Amino acid sequence: MGAEFLLQGATIKRLLVGLGVTLRISLVSVALSIPFGVLMGVLFTRKNRMLQVVLRAYLNFIRVMPQLVLLYVVFFGSATTLGLNFSGEVASIIVFTLWGAAELGDLVRAALESIPRSQYDSSYVLGLTQRQTFLRVILPQALSRLLPPSVNLVTRIVKTTSLCMLIGVVEVVRVGQQIIDYYRFDYPQGALWTYATLALLYFCICWPLSMLSKWLEGRNTR
Amino acid sequence: MDWGLVHAYTPLFVTALRVTLMVSAGGVAAALVVGLLVAIVRLWHVPVLDQLSIAYVEVARNTPSLVQLFFLYFGLPKLGILLSQETCAIVCLAFLGGGYMAEAFRAALVAVPPIQHESAQVLGLTRRQAMRHVVLPQAMAQATPALVANVVFLVKESSVVSGIALADLMYVAKDIIGQSYDTVEALFLLVVAYAIILLPISAVGSAIERRFAYGR
Repeated sequence: MGAEFLLQGATIKRLLVGLGVTLRISLVSVALSIPFGVLMGVLFTRKNRMLQVVLRAYLNFIRVMPQLVLLYVVFFGSATTLGLNFSGEVASIIVFTLWGAAELGDLVRAALESIPRSQYDSSYVLGLTQRQTFLRVILPQALSRLLPPSVNLVTRIVKTTSLCMLIGVVEVVRVGQQIIDYYRFDYPQGALWTYATLALLYFCICWPLSMLSKWLEGRNTR
Repeated sequence: MDWGLVHAYTPLFVTALRVTLMVSAGGVAAALVVGLLVAIVRLWHVPVLDQLSIAYVEVARNTPSLVQLFFLYFGLPKLGILLSQETCAIVCLAFLGGGYMAEAFRAALVAVPPIQHESAQVLGLTRRQAMRHVVLPQAMAQATPALVANVVFLVKESSVVSGIALADLMYVAKDIIGQSYDTVEALFLLVVAYAIILLPISAVGSAIERRFAYGR
């Protein structure tokens, strides 16, 4: 078949190491996005006009720019203008955190705003303190609405980390290319099998997450 | 920032903008067709094609566009299927976008109440006529916000085609940074160019979304 090289030598081990880098960038970015995203979402619901304008502008800028452009701006731009030489991986984490926080912030805003005013009023009437209201009434409802789209956001971040190879990060796609180059003469069909394997690896991570998101959403609408 | 350089590089970016627009437009158009067909196949539960469609949507949505692109451009020639860069880029966007468009269409088609299908059938319309004249027009209104969001997504994703040396906006910026180190000017023009394409589309999308939100 011409795909035996995938089982030879250290190929699998190298792919898994590359996948480790992919997952490391994804997980660190997601972990950093959560506090910033929640903060942004809460700030969004404040009725401060100035704050709204600034947050909207930030969200729209991040949403409209391709992630690859953001990677370039942070990786090359910060080196030239600020004299900060980030490694490819650090630049990637910065970009995915900026992006993740913006998207999550909007999701948190939507979840908080979807809770009707009457929920707060009823809780106060029943004698709950502000803290109790938030923790026991608002938060559980907001969370169940927030979770499905947030899991989808994680899937998007994992998929998008493949772009990091274009600024020189040796993650799983880059490792795949190295393997193709290494076996170029012995296995000329290498590119076909390697890219198919890469797609399968991403699928094995992203598909369960997509299913989880769908399941969580189904639970809400029932 | 050297405005003289910005001025000098602008023509390069205008040419590249056309490439990005051409690839995106081709990809979006093809993705809409693929998405609509897949959604109808799934709605009608066409045997075999239904299962294939489910598999296709999951693969398109759960693998990175860059890997899809590299598979098409570097992998398929090993099977004797040789595509030009432009074709490859458009096919990639159609494959990726088809999955997203299919979900948008499907959600909207499912939201049309069954009584609409039934009434159309009772009135003597065939299944195809009912779809074309009764169900689809109602579903389109519902699907529009998601479709516009997908268009923005696909134009953004088109930046990965620079990875197969197609001279789009991203590629030209990369080229200038690599050749002459005019990083700030190149990045500035890159950001401006994408803002020029995407801000209007995104604004139209929000306007449509607000309109539908009032209607509900």
